[in-house]
Amino acid sequence: MIQVENLTKRYGERVAVNNLTFHANKGEIVGFLGPNGAGKTTTMRILTGYMPPNEGKAIVAGFDTLTESLEVRQRVGYLPENVPLYPEMTVVQYLDFMAELRHLPKREDRVDEVMELVHIAERADSYIGNLSKGLRQRVGLAQALLHKPEVLIMDEPMDGLDPQQQLAVKQLIRDIGKDQTVMLSTHILAHAQELCHRVIIINKGQIVVEDSPERLNSQIAGGGRIHLTVEGDGTGLLENLQALPGLAGVRAVTDGQFLIETLPGADARPAIARAVISGGWNLLELQREKASLEEIFLQLTKEEIAQQTEQADDDDTAEQET
Amino acid sequence: MRNLWTIAKREFNMYFASPIAYVVAFAFLLILGYFFVGELVQAAQFGGPPQATSSLGLFVTLVLFMSPAITMRLFSEEQRSGTLELLLTAPIREWELVFGKWLAAFGFLALILFSTGIYVLILNQYTSPGLDFGELLAAYVGMLVMMGSLMALGVFVSSLFSNQIAAFFVTMAAQLILWIVGFLTQNQPGPWAEFINYLVFSNHYYDNFHRGKFDLTDFTYFVSLSALFLFLATRMVESRRWR
Repeated sequence: MIQVENLTKRYGERVAVNNLTFHANKGEIVGFLGPNGAGKTTTMRILTGYMPPNEGKAIVAGFDTLTESLEVRQRVGYLPENVPLYPEMTVVQYLDFMAELRHLPKREDRVDEVMELVHIAERADSYIGNLSKGLRQRVGLAQALLHKPEVLIMDEPMDGLDPQQQLAVKQLIRDIGKDQTVMLSTHILAHAQELCHRVIIINKGQIVVEDSPERLNSQIAGGGRIHLTVEGDGTGLLENLQALPGLAGVRAVTDGQFLIETLPGADARPAIARAVISGGWNLLELQREKASLEEIFLQLTKEEIAQQTEQADDDDTAEQET
Repeated sequence: MRNLWTIAKREFNMYFASPIAYVVAFAFLLILGYFFVGELVQAAQFGGPPQATSSLGLFVTLVLFMSPAITMRLFSEEQRSGTLELLLTAPIREWELVFGKWLAAFGFLALILFSTGIYVLILNQYTSPGLDFGELLAAYVGMLVMMGSLMALGVFVSSLFSNQIAAFFVTMAAQLILWIVGFLTQNQPGPWAEFINYLVFSNHYYDNFHRGKFDLTDFTYFVSLSALFLFLATRMVESRRWR
């Protein structure tokens, strides 16, 4: 459904998207993750036909975004970042206008349907300017869903929503993702972890890693930390633990408490438990600290973070200008 | 074409959702009415019949100074608020967007122009044997095509700025320059002077249309100027994709 090959986009000297290649299948929810200014918005704008790439090409819903832009735009639903809307229109006026631009048959019915879908029907005659951020987000979403797009592209769809609204939007995205292709960007990793079948982490316009959230968790951050507590002061246990294979490091925190760092791969807890028991100590607590996507993300983009924060401000303005 | 109409319809309706349009219309009608009364009084004092084109009175001058307020927001506002991204990712073509917006602005100004019809009716009552409607028709057609090109200029300038105030003043300056550009080259010989004189807006309106003469050259001038500015605006909106 989305096929991106060697996509490059430059703003003057700055390379916003650098030789990006990825794909998204039908019925797949793909998460686009990255720090601010990583090139998420730029990539999405290329996919929606808003701007062309300098190099490479993107095929969306079977059409080239550059040469068959109108065909692509007919099949793509897009929720831009910050959800631009017309504040002086009512919800129903706005949706009707967008439906008319898309030449939808039975326009009024479809507008009603979509308003029901995103739970905005009771505010149909409110002016958009008077709506809260969460409601506006839903209006934007309704607009993106109007024409039952084959591909739905959403830039920061959860931004500014309260937890309850986030839950509702997540459920909605899951439903849509069953038979349509969804691509969403976020910098909140928990959302990506929960929603997406596949996560693409990009930084400085390049893909850092691409995999399912589960595999990212187990493979890259398989190495984790184990907290161990035994009765008493645990004298002598340290040496026993250090003798165990498959551990990256062991240190005593206080009397009877140990912090064990493990290598990626097998779970070291059974071996540790055996070592404790067979040595005659009483095991009180054995707990694994699971590395989250958050840590993976920080780890992968670590070196860049410092520079990135400096650059982020320029990047934001540069992207807004275009 | 259908999209053009959709855009125009929304844009036209939006004029009535914002105070700017009402303010502009109010100012127009107030000043027009004041001067119309003045013309009638003057005509009564000198004993002659008032001119047919009294109904248009200061309309041209008002258009020059106030019409930029009608076009200033068309693209500026969309750029500032980011809604241009919505429109450009919807399946519509840039020229449909540009022409649609122009049509809405033109329609709104035309509405104000047609409201001067009331003065025409009043004049018709005052004069005997009534007005020469052929003459008046030429003046109104001339006014319409001139308004068309001024609105096109405004649409183009609006596509350049994301700030409405900037769009307003640049449009007004451009209109005034087009109006008075012949000031220096008046009665000067040479091809350059001739060329510049040809560009002058006021000549194309006052020389024939305002005197009740329909002139195809002037008509063509205004229509091609509209086409030029709308073309430039389309290219400007398109260029956003490439920058």
